Amino acid sequence: MSEMTHYREVWAPRPPRTRLMVWFAWLLLVALFVYCWQVMTENTIWAFVSDAPRQAMDIGSRMVPPRWGYLPELLEPLWDTLNIATLGTLGGIVMAVPVAFLAARNTTPSARFLRPVALFIIVASRSINSLIWALLLVAIIGPGLLAGIVAIALRSIGFVGKLLYEAIEEIDTKQVEAVSATGASSVQVLNYAIVPQIVPTFIAIGVFRWDINIRESTILGLVGAGGIGLKLQSSINVLAWPQVTMILLLILGTVVVSEWVSAKLRRAVI
Amino acid sequence: MTEVTYADTWRRPPQIVKRRAWRWGLAVGAVIYLMLALGTIDIDWQRVVVGLERGQRFVAGFLQPDFVSRWDDIAQGLIESLTMTLTSTVVGILISVPIGIGAARNLTPPPVYLVCRGIIAVSRSLQEIIIAIFLVAMFGFGPFAGFLTLSFATIGFLAKLLADDIEEIDERQAEAIAATGASWWQLINYAIQPQVMPRLIGLSLYRLDINFRESSVIGIVGAGGIGATLNTAIDRYEYDSAGAILLLIIVIVMLSEYASGYVRKFLQ
Amino acid sequence: MLQIDSLSKTYRTGDKALTDISLSVPKGQIVGLIGPSGAGKSTLIRCINRLVEPTEGRILLGDSDLARLGKRPLRRQRRRIGMIFQEYALVERLTVMENVLSGRLGYVPFWRSCLRRFEPHDVRRAYALLDRVGLLQHADKRADALSGGQRQRVGIARALAQEPELLLVDEPTASLDPKTSRQIMRLLTEICAERKLPAIVNIHDVPLACQFVQRVVGLSAGKVVFDGDPSTLDETALSTIYGADDWHAMQQESRDDDEAESALRLVGVGT
Repeated sequence: MSEMTHYREVWAPRPPRTRLMVWFAWLLLVALFVYCWQVMTENTIWAFVSDAPRQAMDIGSRMVPPRWGYLPELLEPLWDTLNIATLGTLGGIVMAVPVAFLAARNTTPSARFLRPVALFIIVASRSINSLIWALLLVAIIGPGLLAGIVAIALRSIGFVGKLLYEAIEEIDTKQVEAVSATGASSVQVLNYAIVPQIVPTFIAIGVFRWDINIRESTILGLVGAGGIGLKLQSSINVLAWPQVTMILLLILGTVVVSEWVSAKLRRAVI
Repeated sequence: MTEVTYADTWRRPPQIVKRRAWRWGLAVGAVIYLMLALGTIDIDWQRVVVGLERGQRFVAGFLQPDFVSRWDDIAQGLIESLTMTLTSTVVGILISVPIGIGAARNLTPPPVYLVCRGIIAVSRSLQEIIIAIFLVAMFGFGPFAGFLTLSFATIGFLAKLLADDIEEIDERQAEAIAATGASWWQLINYAIQPQVMPRLIGLSLYRLDINFRESSVIGIVGAGGIGATLNTAIDRYEYDSAGAILLLIIVIVMLSEYASGYVRKFLQ
Repeated sequence: MLQIDSLSKTYRTGDKALTDISLSVPKGQIVGLIGPSGAGKSTLIRCINRLVEPTEGRILLGDSDLARLGKRPLRRQRRRIGMIFQEYALVERLTVMENVLSGRLGYVPFWRSCLRRFEPHDVRRAYALLDRVGLLQHADKRADALSGGQRQRVGIARALAQEPELLLVDEPTASLDPKTSRQIMRLLTEICAERKLPAIVNIHDVPLACQFVQRVVGLSAGKVVFDGDPSTLDETALSTIYGADDWHAMQQESRDDDEAESALRLVGVGT
């Protein structure tokens, strides 16, 4: 086997330079993590942390059994919560559709001015959580359902707008070309070539967001924006842990049901 | 040969709900629901009018944000948020990987699968803010509770998507590696990891983004970060400071989205 | 009828797609446009109804110069030009009838098209056209439920619904099997003959073109290199259009296709 001798016996998956870079990147990440950890835990009182298991046991023992008798009182707030989610989703969709058409590269009337504005609306709405929107709106228009609905709607614009404008940008341009070749006006092209292509995605996005909004609207009451979160807030304030358990169970049930409904609806559309 | 006559009206056939009665029923149901739902909103118009004036002040504050007068609080909040985001994402990923592998039906025996899927289900069904309430009650106020909250939420998100990914891998590649006599660990390393790694990295970056956005919320219930600062600013009706904080959040989210897009392109 | 004068198209990247093309198509003539891929066949056809903006030259349809029209007049002129696309370009999620009626969009106000309330004679004509292309019973189906050949027939009906004075046909058979291709070409030529419609058919299959068209125009690298009767299209002409090597390879391929088809016919499947 003398002819085999000039093959190398060392093999590495990457050239040495790249390997060095990769190691350096990992090192950097670890260093950054350690540094962040130091900064973050600077003011942490470790006595509380070590006490946490005992606290957890304590709260846990107080939480069971749930107070089943509290359930009837929760039905009306639950109905409010569902309304916040549904009306908020509808409002958000109504506002998101024009924004999406302004933001999509192939339908925007002016790529120079309107598109950046639309994209900013989408980013702004997406970066700010609905709870923060609710916090602001409660301060502005007062506590109640309306603040919750508007908060959900404002947060939904970004989500629906982003997914929708991406869907618009991905449509089949040949169908658009074919319809405009018949001499159709731009609204007619929108109506005949663009809208039919995005309707299924649009419905799926709406239902998906509704599902998310049900979850989010359950906690809006924490800042005073109505719904079942109000009950949660007041129960926590008076340390009525069995009631808290009951509320959490109800929320869990609602979320499971809404997830099931939205999955069914989406399957029906596609 | 006779002249054929064609109909001169045409109606689009219904596409989704085929039965006429059902269509009417659904429409009427929707209208009734809307009326009932809108009826539950009682609007205090006087309050709204007062609010409009405040709304104007908020918009003005947003347009002319004040970064200076509360800068110390804002900087402190931002540092807490950013450190919380990074540490919780890293820890979350480290825990999600084993749980994700454990929750993949094609790799693990049923008992492990059920336990891992259970952990994922609990983490996903509870809102971050509710988890934060409990963790603050247990661990005291401050970013440490926030860090735990975000880590826990990360597990539910990443482990689920990772597990679903692993379940959808190309079985033939795994079979080919298994056929060489590879052990379970070697199988993971040679057949599974190459297939799911790119998406895992993408999802981790995406989660980093989400964690930052969430870190701005959980402060409201005392778990530290920029949310606490924001909450205080709004409580004191300091809309110009609030506007500054919101703008900072938006800018950071935009930057991180841009950066993660760049990193993803670089890795591919 | 259609008169193209020294048409040129240069893309923004500087690539010259068409150089100084002049062509005139009289009423009732079917012109087959052949050439290798990248020769500019599609660009030429798209320049005529300005789906692609020409850089220079005139396109006269009757007496209006299409190359110089503003947005609104262009829409009016587009109504006069029916276009049939490669891979059909139907709106997949609309019904067959809506696709045919979309040929009337340039003639009806927005509210009518939006409510799908077309005028009675439009609807009647749409039904008649669907009958002509043999799809009357499929009117209420969604376009994506049809087979390739059926979809292309809907595409033809849509173009005819415009009552065009000129047909532009871009690779009508590109995604169809040989037998359906022939059927579609036959339908197209019959319809053009019935209505004395001129047509420009961009087609990559030379034998198919020779079988159905009255005149062949050969494009190579954006220039017209052949223009004449299909019978005068000989080896030398084809070699100038396609380049010698490519032409021989194509010949071999089409012979294989024919053999396969005649084999099918022998077993009694192809007919």
